[in-house]
Amino acid sequence: MQGANYFWNYVPLLLQILAAAGLGAGMITASWFLGRHRNTKAKLDAYECGVPVEGDARGRFSVRFYMVAMLFILFDVEAVFMLPWAVIYRELPKISGSRLFGFWEMLVYLGFVLVGFFYIWKKGILDWSADKGDL
Amino acid sequence: MTSSLHLWLIPLVPFAGFLVNGLLGRRFPKALVTAIAWIATLIPFLQVLNIALHFSSLTLPYNERVATWITAGNFHADFAFALDQLTLIMLLVVTGVGFLIHLYSAGYMAHEEGYWRFFAYLNLFMFFMLTLVLAENFLLMFVGWEGVGLASYLLIGFYFTKDSAANAGKKAFVVNRIGDFGFLIGMFLLIAHFGTLSFDGIFSQIAQHPEWQGGFLTAIALFLALGATGKSAQIPLYVWLPDAMEGPTPVSALIHAATMVTAGVYMIARAHAIFDRSPFALSTVAIIGAATALFAATIGLVQTDIKRVLAYSTVSQLGYMFLACGVAAYSAGIFHLLTHAFFKALLFLAAGSVIHALSGEQDMRVMGGLRKKIPVTFWTMTAAVFAIAGFPPFAGFFSKDEILYQAFISPNPVGKIVWFVGLLTAGLTSFYMFRLWYLTFFGKSRADQAAAHTPEPGHHAEKEEHKHPVHESPWIMLAPLVILAILSVIGGWVGVPAALGGHNEIEHFLSPVMHAQHLSFEQVSVAMSTQQQAVVPAAEAPEGNKSLELLLAVVSVATALIGWFIAHLMYFAKPELPAQIAAKVRGLYSLLLNKYWIDELYGAVIITPVLFLSRYVLKGLFDTGVITGGGLALGYATQGIGSLVQRVQSGNIRSYAGWLALGAAALLLLTYFGFGTHLSF
Amino acid sequence: MTDVAQVFRILPEVILTITGVLIMLGEPLLAKNASRKPLGWLAVLGTLAALFASFWQLQLPAGTAYFGTVQTDAFSVFFHVLIAGIVLVTLLVTLDAAGRDAESLGELFALMCFGAVGMMLMSCATELLLVFVGLEISSISTYIMAAFRRKSAKGPESAIKYFLLGSFATAFFLYGIALIFGATGTTDIPQIAGLLSTSQVPVFGVIGMAMILIGIGFKVSAVPFQVWAPDVYEGAPSPVVGLMSTAPKAAAFAVLLRVLYTALPALHSHWQPLIWWMAALSMTFGNLGALRQQNIKRMLAYSSIAHAGYLLVAFTALSPDGIAAASFYAASYAVMNVGAFAVISHAGGMDDRLTLIQDYRGLAYRSPLLGGALAFFLISLIGIPFTGGFFGKFYVFASALHSGLVWLTIIGLVNSGIAVYYYLRPLVSVYSKPVHSDLLDGIPRVTVPLMFALLITIAGTLILGIVPGRVLALAKAGALTLQSTVSDTTTAVK
Repeated sequence: MQGANYFWNYVPLLLQILAAAGLGAGMITASWFLGRHRNTKAKLDAYECGVPVEGDARGRFSVRFYMVAMLFILFDVEAVFMLPWAVIYRELPKISGSRLFGFWEMLVYLGFVLVGFFYIWKKGILDWSADKGDL
Repeated sequence: MTSSLHLWLIPLVPFAGFLVNGLLGRRFPKALVTAIAWIATLIPFLQVLNIALHFSSLTLPYNERVATWITAGNFHADFAFALDQLTLIMLLVVTGVGFLIHLYSAGYMAHEEGYWRFFAYLNLFMFFMLTLVLAENFLLMFVGWEGVGLASYLLIGFYFTKDSAANAGKKAFVVNRIGDFGFLIGMFLLIAHFGTLSFDGIFSQIAQHPEWQGGFLTAIALFLALGATGKSAQIPLYVWLPDAMEGPTPVSALIHAATMVTAGVYMIARAHAIFDRSPFALSTVAIIGAATALFAATIGLVQTDIKRVLAYSTVSQLGYMFLACGVAAYSAGIFHLLTHAFFKALLFLAAGSVIHALSGEQDMRVMGGLRKKIPVTFWTMTAAVFAIAGFPPFAGFFSKDEILYQAFISPNPVGKIVWFVGLLTAGLTSFYMFRLWYLTFFGKSRADQAAAHTPEPGHHAEKEEHKHPVHESPWIMLAPLVILAILSVIGGWVGVPAALGGHNEIEHFLSPVMHAQHLSFEQVSVAMSTQQQAVVPAAEAPEGNKSLELLLAVVSVATALIGWFIAHLMYFAKPELPAQIAAKVRGLYSLLLNKYWIDELYGAVIITPVLFLSRYVLKGLFDTGVITGGGLALGYATQGIGSLVQRVQSGNIRSYAGWLALGAAALLLLTYFGFGTHLSF
Repeated sequence: MTDVAQVFRILPEVILTITGVLIMLGEPLLAKNASRKPLGWLAVLGTLAALFASFWQLQLPAGTAYFGTVQTDAFSVFFHVLIAGIVLVTLLVTLDAAGRDAESLGELFALMCFGAVGMMLMSCATELLLVFVGLEISSISTYIMAAFRRKSAKGPESAIKYFLLGSFATAFFLYGIALIFGATGTTDIPQIAGLLSTSQVPVFGVIGMAMILIGIGFKVSAVPFQVWAPDVYEGAPSPVVGLMSTAPKAAAFAVLLRVLYTALPALHSHWQPLIWWMAALSMTFGNLGALRQQNIKRMLAYSSIAHAGYLLVAFTALSPDGIAAASFYAASYAVMNVGAFAVISHAGGMDDRLTLIQDYRGLAYRSPLLGGALAFFLISLIGIPFTGGFFGKFYVFASALHSGLVWLTIIGLVNSGIAVYYYLRPLVSVYSKPVHSDLLDGIPRVTVPLMFALLITIAGTLILGIVPGRVLALAKAGALTLQSTVSDTTTAVK
């Protein structure tokens, strides 16, 4: 069977995982042995991005946190989408039969992204300080 | 040579009346509403009369294709109307009686709220009924069939303010849907086997295949018969008709006596080519008819509400018509349909006149002694009572006698039994009709004995305010009574059998329709030899049959006389007798009074389990009532988003997801193990 | 292949996308408390244009575009027109209902346009991944629309439920696509059919088919994936419910038709019994569940489960007649249901003032037009002749019985008998007295957009009930485009 040979292709990947895990584990272990431990209360506290750690877990956050976080992810994903496009950009004329097909398609796509950006901007989502009673 | 008859106008004119009154009637004065409704019924009536006058010069059957309706692959249906002898009789009944009842209604409903709505619905009913009768295919017939049900629903529930009326309307509608279910399946089977729904197409195919016996034709016939039992209020689906008396009396007369409820009989007669091929289906119809006739008559014996007596009487008489169809004596069935339309419409209208005279009273126990006070009503009612009881020369005698005779000579094994049941029913009919007659018109007025009242709701308010003295109805109500009374007397003369020196014209008249399939089934069906006799001109009938028919007539008249005599004894001569008898046979009496507890039985066996399923099983499992409306929802709304999120997290969405996962798992398991060919890896 | 000609294959989608984008550009430019009605009319115009564009596509020769991912044929045109029509009516109803309680309506209008794009893509896609993209576009739009009543607790609750459960079901759909891809090596629907018919079907292909069925089953709220429907319908604003109980379902049924009849006819012995059960259970559960409901939207939610069941009956017929019946039923159900919701939306507004059936008592006396229209749609839902509801059921059951599905037909007809019972309750209520004045007096006058909406839906219901010929012909033509493979299956069944 080809199976064995086939899986050999993945050996470099396995090696990389092992290297990454080993490096991380090694660094933490080394710091544990090499560093000095002086525990204070502040150091033992959980660090929660500036939010007090005590109280109800279901306390309300301002919705703006989520808004910004979601928008970040959204535009992030949109940017990631450009990567495969860039990789096969040179092949596109051959596939589509039109020289500038890929170029215009991406322009249309960016146009839509821009409309979305315009919308959130004008709606004032990015304006952190303004009063947003209705959000 | 037949020029176009414009049959499509016949249903369309009442429809126009419906549209005008329905859309604009609210703003019209009553006189205009009345005029529109009358004209919308009169025009079709005149047109039908005109057709009837030229009938002999027409080429029959006459078909009129108005437009292509639907084409779906091989299946094709038209807006098409047909005219033949059977249609003509139905048209005359529907438009004629319909017009008279429109006249009467103007008087009866004069003081009612929603006058325009009533007439609009009445015209709508006429439209659908005429469509049903004129249709050239089962699909269009079904349109009319459902439509009359809808119109009937609207008219029964006319007093929507009253819960009982709304419930009665609903009951009628729902029970009828069971019948429609049969009709629909029958129709689907017809499409599957014949590829068409046109009468012509189906019946000619049947005629070409004498070898088709029973089998799928039995199935079709039984499903169609189920449809007919729904519309014509036969066992087991008769329960809606007595309740339907909640509607205004003219509605009872038109829809629940003369026209709509006979649609089932008409349908069987129309589709007789199918029924003829299935002795089993025919016997079923005969037994259902006989059983219903007897069953309803016994209930009618003890009812105290004048309209309920008539309602059970209608169910019973429809049973006769079924019985006739069941012994393949379709012409006799249609004949009885015709005479019944006259005398039963008259009975209802006269009862309405009585109710009107008594300002809404319907309980016979508090009537009495009305003979002198409302003489016209009395005399017309008398004609109807004698007609339904079957005394010669009144109309009912000839048609009932014809049915009993046909049942007796039928070679069908159940023929003799249903004849005897029919005879027994005739005696009972005579008894309860004379009971009604005596209680209402004779003796002393018992108006002061305020028993349990159930006055007709519309007249109720009037009654509270000021009780009119007993008064005869206005001429507009009496004129239809008189006309119908005349018809109840002479209406039967079109079918005087040869045994009594007549020529049974109606039999001859209908023979082309009922005969059309004879040639085919003569060759194949021995069971149908009765039908042969039915169409043989009576004059040529063998002498033996003549004397037999005479003998049977004498027997049935004698039975009716006995019924009359007992009623006379109990309700005229010795009025204390009924109470004594009721006390003696208390069990039987209360069984009859409570209509054999059939409503309760249906409630317990069918309705309760369904509602139980709906309420507990389904609600418990799937509708845990997350947003159950009302107070709960309000509470949630005030608690706001915070608690909402909490609630969603802690509660149902997980169970919902659980259900979803469970469903998915079930589906995947079924795919994997359950169905289809064995899967290979 | 020229790019320009290809655009015509997705012309309605392009028009609606541009409309939606324009609305999104316009919305933030308008003053905060300015009327959003112009945006609504812009959406109406765009939808109308898309409607005509769909009709115009009929004259294109049937064919594919964009590397075979979309196909324009009678089938796609049928559903495009249907979806555009539903969105058009919903927009008109929203314009009417939202007049009083408007807030960021522009988003709603834009979302309707985008949702319509997704649904249209679903009905014309011949590539499972594009189907998925369309499904997501339409689903995400409807999730947000369901949350539109932000100020009431019910709105977000309904949306969250819809979103979470919807994502769950969509995952099944996607996994199904993956498995089918694993079994055949392609996601192109015609190619799948060819590959499956020639080779032994691996078991995970069949499981993939079942997964797709689960995903679509959720979207059309068929039992056992119906749990979300009553809650979501109750919580979402009425105009939106009118939309989401019809258009996404129609699109999902289109997908199911294409997938089952074009891609997976070879597996019909596996999927037919599953759909048989789903149909029978949906009809029964939907109708029994509706019997006891007091809330009219909840009742209509259960009724929509039942109607999904009726529609699935046509799927089991395995014949072109069945496909045509399913398409026709989708149209007739959409017309009458959207109409009923139009009345409810007007009566209750965006924030649902009248929710209980008894709240409607005497509506016909207060407003004969509204009461009469509601009664008419209920009559059509019952399935009385001369209405679309009757012919829909008629074709469905005729095609089922023609294929020998006697029991399913009987279950269906018994169910349509049970259904009468609960449809009659609001019908009686509408014509009852005394009039519920304290509630009904709050109903505003009928506006022009609502008049149009009612006109379209009533006329549509009547046309489908009296002269269904043209619509049926289109449905039939659509069915025949899927038929080439279907004819094989029917012969295999008989």
